[in-house]
Parts: sequence; C-alpha cells; structure tokens
Amino acid sequence: MELRCDRLWLYLLGGAILVFLAAPSVVVAVTSFSDSQFLTFPPETWSLRWYHAYADSIEWRAATFTSLKVAFLTTLIATPAGTAAAYSLRMLGTRFSGAVQAIYTMPMVVPVILIGISLFFMFARIGLNTTVTGVVLAHSMLAVPFVVITVGSGLANYDFAQETAARSLGAYRLKAFLTITLPQIRVPVITGALFAFLTSFDEVIVAIFISGGDSETLPRRMFTALREQIDPTIAAISTCLIIITGGILLAVQAFGFSGKRSRS
Amino acid sequence: MIFSGDINAASLARDGRREFYGMAALCLPSFILVFILLILPIGWLFWMSLFNADGAFSAENYVRLFDSTYTSTLVTTFQVGFLVTVISVVLGYPLAYMLSQLPPRLAGLCTIFVVLPFWTSTLVRTYAWMLLLQRKGIINSALISLGLIADPIRMVNNMTGTVIGMVHIMLPFLVLPLYGVMKSISPDYVRAAANLGAGPTRAFWTIFLPQSLPGLTAGMLLVFVLCLGFYVTPALLGGGRVIMWSMMIDSSIRLYANWGAASALGVALLVMTFCVLWLVNRLFGLKRLYGESR
Amino acid sequence: MQIETKSLAEVPSPPPGGDRGKPMSQRTGDMRSQPLTIKNVAKAYGQLKVLDDVNLDVGSGEFLTLLGASGSGKTTLLMVIAGFARPDSGAVMVGGTDIVRTPAHKRNMGMVFQSYALFPHMNVAANVGYPLRLRGAGRVEIADRVARALDLVQLGHLGERRIDQLSGGQRQRIALARAIVFEPRILLMDEPLSALDKKLREHMQIEIRRLHEKLGMTTIYVTHDQREALTMSDRIAIMDRGRIVQIDEPRRLYERPASRFVADFIGESSFLPIIVEAGIARFGDLVLKTGGRLDTAPRQLLVLRPEKLEILGSEQAPGLNVLSGILTELIYQGESFLCQIALGEGHTVVVRGPTRRDTLAGLPELGGSMRLGLHPEDTVLVPDA
Repeated sequence: MELRCDRLWLYLLGGAILVFLAAPSVVVAVTSFSDSQFLTFPPETWSLRWYHAYADSIEWRAATFTSLKVAFLTTLIATPAGTAAAYSLRMLGTRFSGAVQAIYTMPMVVPVILIGISLFFMFARIGLNTTVTGVVLAHSMLAVPFVVITVGSGLANYDFAQETAARSLGAYRLKAFLTITLPQIRVPVITGALFAFLTSFDEVIVAIFISGGDSETLPRRMFTALREQIDPTIAAISTCLIIITGGILLAVQAFGFSGKRSRS
Repeated sequence: MIFSGDINAASLARDGRREFYGMAALCLPSFILVFILLILPIGWLFWMSLFNADGAFSAENYVRLFDSTYTSTLVTTFQVGFLVTVISVVLGYPLAYMLSQLPPRLAGLCTIFVVLPFWTSTLVRTYAWMLLLQRKGIINSALISLGLIADPIRMVNNMTGTVIGMVHIMLPFLVLPLYGVMKSISPDYVRAAANLGAGPTRAFWTIFLPQSLPGLTAGMLLVFVLCLGFYVTPALLGGGRVIMWSMMIDSSIRLYANWGAASALGVALLVMTFCVLWLVNRLFGLKRLYGESR
Repeated sequence: MQIETKSLAEVPSPPPGGDRGKPMSQRTGDMRSQPLTIKNVAKAYGQLKVLDDVNLDVGSGEFLTLLGASGSGKTTLLMVIAGFARPDSGAVMVGGTDIVRTPAHKRNMGMVFQSYALFPHMNVAANVGYPLRLRGAGRVEIADRVARALDLVQLGHLGERRIDQLSGGQRQRIALARAIVFEPRILLMDEPLSALDKKLREHMQIEIRRLHEKLGMTTIYVTHDQREALTMSDRIAIMDRGRIVQIDEPRRLYERPASRFVADFIGESSFLPIIVEAGIARFGDLVLKTGGRLDTAPRQLLVLRPEKLEILGSEQAPGLNVLSGILTELIYQGESFLCQIALGEGHTVVVRGPTRRDTLAGLPELGGSMRLGLHPEDTVLVPDA
C-alpha cells in the first residue's frame, strides 16, 4: 500500500509537469480562434478572424512561402549529404569517427547567435545576405547533423552482411546500396529528412541576421512583429506551425512503427 | 622462389588507399558545408576579435569584457542559467523517473508530450508564454477571478518571465537523455535491493539515484550551456530588462556596429560553451569506463 | 556416426569449361567449378597478423573446411577469397587467374552468410532471383532457374513467402539457394549453421553435403565446430593465429594429428611426456610399441584419445601398450562414461567407455587400480613444443 501511495504522488507530479509542457501550445491554439483584439482565454466569442487575417496578408503569405521553399531546399541538400556522411562514417569505422563526429556535432553545440553573426559578417563580403541561397546554405549546415545522427543510428541497427551479400551476388557497391541498404534504412532517412525540414522551418536566430526582404522567413517576421506588439494574427500562425510540427512528428512516428513491423 | 612474400603488395596497398579515399569523399559535401559555413566564419570572427577599432593588433576587445556593463551581463547570464538549470532538474527528474517507471506503451504516449514541445518552434512557445504571463494574460486573470490576488503580478518583461519561458524550452533537453539513462537501469537492481531488505525509498536513494546521476549531470550541463547562448526567449520575455550575453553580442553589432566587441564576446561565449561540453564528455566518458569495468 | 573419407579422385569433377558456350539456363547440375589456390596471403592490423603467409590449394569440386577458434583468421581468409577483405600481399588464383584485385561483385562466387543476410524487403523468389536480375537474365529464365534452385533445397513451394515468415532452417536453405542459383564457380560458406539448433544443424550438415555431391561445386566452408567439419569435409584446414597448422582428410586429422595444438583442438586428448632414445620411445619405464615410423626428436608427447584406450581386466594383453593407475573420478554421461585415472607423478589420463553392464561392472571402486591398453596403431606421438 505504501508503495502505491508513493507512486500516486509521482504520477500526479509527473502529470502536472506534462501539463506544464503541453499547456502553452493548447492555450495558443484555443486563443487563436478568439474574435477579440485582446486575446482572452477562453475566448468570449469564437471566430476565424485571425486566420483570415493571416491568409489575407501579402507579407505573411510571402514569408510563409519563403520558409516552405527554404525548408524544402534545405531538406534536399541536407538529406543526401548527411546520409552519405553517415554511411561513410559507418564504413570507415572508429578510426576517424571521433574527430569527424566532433565536426558534425559542432552545428548543434555552437551557440546559434554566434553562427548568426559570423554568417552575417561573412555573407556581407560575398553578397549572400538577404538571399534565399544564403539562408538555404546556412540551414543545410544546421540540419546536416540531425540527418547524420538519425541515419547513423539506423545504419548501426542494420545488418551490413546484406549489402555484402548483394555484392557477392554481383551488385557493384552503389547498386548494392541503392537496392538493398537504402530500402531498409528508408525510415531513418525519411525521419532525418523530416527533422531537417523542421530544423529549417523553425529556425529563427540565423534567419534574423541573414534573411530579409524577399528572403525573409516566417519565424524572422514573427520575431520582428512580436518585438513591436502582440499581433493576434501570430496566434493563428503559431497554431498552424504547431499543427505542422505535430503532423511531421506523427509522420515520423508512423514511419517508425511501419518500419518496426516489417522488421519483426 | 617465384612468389616472394610481397606478391601484389604494392598494388593492393594502392587499391586500399583508393577505396579509403573514395569512402572518405562521401563525407565531403557535408564536411564542406560545416567547414565553410561554420568553422571558417567563426574563425574569421575570432581573428577579428584580436584587432581594435583602428585595425591594430591588440587585446583591447578582451580587456573591455571586464567593464561593468559586460560583467553585469555575464552575471545575469549565469544567474538565469543557474536558475533555469535548477528548476529544470526539480521538474525534470521526477518526470523522467515517472516515464521510466510507466509501462512502455503509456510511457511512449507521455513521451510525445515531451518530444512535441522539443520540436515546436522556440518562437511559438515563447509567444505562448507571452500570452499566458502578460499583465492581462490568462494566469493573471485566472488568479484575480479566483480572488487570490487583487492586482496583476508582473510576470513578463522581467527575470520571472524569462526563466519560466526558458525552463519550458530546456526541460526536454534534460528529460530526454535522463529518461534514456533511467530506462537502461535494470529493475533487477532495485529488486535486488528490496530482496536484500531495502524499502522502496531507501532502494531509490541508494541504488536508483546514483545510477541515474551520470545522465542527470550531463543533462544539467547541457541545459546550462544552452542557456548561456540563449537569445529569442530573453529578448521577447525579458522586455529589455534581462540583458543576456547573446543580446549583448547582438546589440554590439546592431546598435554600435562594434564588430571587435561582438567577436570578443562571441569567443568568450564559445570558450565557456566548449569548457562545459568538455566536462560533459568527460563525465560520459567516465560512465563508459564504469560500464566496461562492471 | 562413422566418418567416411573420400579421396579427391572419387569426387566427380566436371569437364573444365565444357559447357561454357551454352547459355546459363541450359547448363545442368554440374556447375563449372574451379580450383582455387591461395599463395602467400598475408594481412596484419598493426602488429597483429591476422593472416600469416597462408598457402592453400583447393581442388576443383572439393569441399574444404577452414576450422579454427574465433580469431584464428578463418573468416578473414574467407573474406579475402570473396573479395571483402583486402590482404596486404599475396595472390588468390581461380582457374589459373589471380583475382586478388578483382572487385567482389565480379568474382562470381556464391556466399552464404552466418546471419543468412536475406533481404527482408524482398520475398523468397525475389531474393533468389536477385543475382540473376543483376546479370540481366530474362523474366522467364529467372522464374525457371529460381524454381529449380528452390526445388534443389526442397522449398519449391515457398517462393511467395516473406522472409520474416520463414523458420531458421528455411532461411538457411533460401540463403543457400540464392548463393548457388547463378552457378558460381566457388561456393563460400561462413558458419552457415551456427544459428540453428543441434538437431536441425546435424540434418542440414548432411543435406549440404548431399547437395555438394550433386553439384560438385568447389566449396570453402568456415566453422568452429569440429564435429561439423569432420562430418562434411573432403579436407579440413586447421587454422591458428593466422596460419594453417595442418590440412588433411578428416580421418587422418583425427587419427594422426601433427601437433599438440591439433590433437587438443580436434577431439579430447590427454598427453603424456615421452623420451625417445636410439629409436625407442619410453614413458617412464614403459617401452612403447609404436605403429608407424618414429620421429627422432628426443622429447615428444603421447596423444591419448579417451575412446582409444581399452579397459583391461587382469588378463594379459600381449600386443598392447599397457598403462596402470588409480581410478580417481567416474563421470556418468548417459551413452558413455568417463574415468579419470592417475598414473603417478602427476600424470592423468581420461578414458571413455560404453555404459554396457559388463563394462560398468568391471570398474573398480574409486581409488582402486586399473589397467589400460593402447593399440600400437593408436599410439600417436607429436612433438613436445
């Protein structure tokens, strides 16, 4: 009995902390349907007013489109680059991976503000500031580690004898990779790609420094808007972002499950 | 003897090198990305920090870090980092412990609540706290309507708001690795302790907690180091009253266009970050050592 | 089980390149197997010599087993032959051509892996058909040859199954079918049966052996299981620390080990120190009658296999070498028993006997004395290294 009492406290406390983690997103989502200029919770009257405001604003639409484009291009660059690196690290074994892995963790551990200002400084010299190219390159650099890590852990669980077998049966290396290895690490590769997309799509700080004008991303525009005043449109946009993030995580989860099922 | 011991040796060695370089070349695209867009610009920044405004080689930029404006920022940054880390541990440890004790299916479901905020945009979450904490925000109006307070509490545009927002963002960074470590602690240890006569509380303190410490320490250091470089949340929830290191870097450039000062601040931040990470690595390295000798 | 050894001459070998001109599909059972020669192959990781100047000749159609403990270099040697490990020097000759620098996928060797390495995202037929698709065979030819390969391993009905629906034994056969379907010139097997339970393993040993006789393919088989090696092989190469220490037919290997290592590795043995002087071998005061030629080295070891020793009563045993000692331990093992006998001066031997009533009844109490007989033909001496 004593044990169960202890556990009850634990579950209550843990549950409360989970609520603390989840509540802000829920509050934003609910208030975004408010009809009032002053966001109250729960809203007194409901409407899609702020969603219309979002959809009708040329600036918000442009920023959203830019963000989607940048995130898509980032995924396109980071996924193959990161997958190739993960494969290479696995094949080269532990001889180098220590030093090389340190390089791949750097984008994750170096304070983003530093990455922002140093890129701003360098891009100023080569004319890449406020260009989509510049943002895509910077985001690809930030996203590569996520792909290397997810694909790397996928490869760690993969029986490389299969690729070896394919080669013994007459497939050259690339063919063996494409026909045997890739189909089986598709789950981590897709997961890595989705994480790369999210990394770019949500990225604020680097974008604050190097994006702008035509290349202004959605998070950058939100940040600038929030500094001035709390525009209720942002609640609607935030809700959209939460839904996109949730959707992508659900997709990752679903892929993970289907992957597990086919393996067992 | 026709076949000496070195038959084919030279060409085999050449083949081996060629294969090695070919394989290493696969790292090249991503390596170039990181090198050109991270190492090179930061190196450049570091180089720049060594020159004063007149372009002469000097330690001026670093000496200035000891000015009171900078030192007070440093103190604020460490204060925030310390507070956020402590609160994260107080909230994160029980949560991770609960997750590790739940049946796998339920734990998976609850983990989603941790992972979802982890991947939700920092900006969105900061904005949510602005809504919750502001003068006429949800929390204040709830407290007033419950009659607990008469006037709204000031929770935003100050340290309180900054810390609350940052704890919310940092918690998953602590919980996820800690949960991983706790999950790997075999329940047999606690069962063995119970079998030897330890009550649940005692078993927890003497058996479970010590084994989870490496994960906890690593998570704490990670949270602390991330706090040092934080920008978005203090900028929005601090309302200009909480000036952290990263904001100082930002304003040196935006307001004063002082690249020398900004780069010196940046280098100092980077050095602190790497020192803490080195510590994390050592701790985890130590843990691995224990794992092998066991 | 009685082990029958077969000399190489008895193994049918197909005419070299006889039906090479025909399309692959028209060739029948006898695959174009080829001899394999390994010359001076060496490989080292830093100071550690994984393969230390290995030389080996495998005849066309021969079933050769590489037997050794883990770390002996047997798997590395197999990988060198397959092209997945690159030696530091040496040559691998197949049919007279050095292929040591040929990429693995052009070597045309079938390989069965320890983990089977079946592709889980393809069904059985697609797995077996994979090497044929790589070789650009037509749809009909692929279907036809896959069916025949599956029939050969008696799983003709499983073509549409997913890999995860197969049992361990079935996977093993599919892996085998996939390795032979493209009629490789050499078949390589890396501990293919180690994941199966004992009964199934013994069954598969015989089946693989039968398949080998049918196809006559040069086969290199790697295992650490001595019984498996004895059961299946034409010849066995015993490897230790990167070297081949003895290569022989199974029966000769067991009956006439060339070194203490081999005698110890294959089967159980007790060793007694022997002094050889003027062509006479002695164990203490006992003069040994030996069957074959006696080596002149002064210090040698007598290899005693537990089942080669005969438990004697009080009767005279004129033709035998007779040892006597004290029974110190008796272990009952079901179909046989083991006796440990102290010969004095710290030497002990182990004797195995059948658990027949009369044999058991003839045993003394613990501490009682026993006499043991050893036939001169079974009196094997190895150098005391």
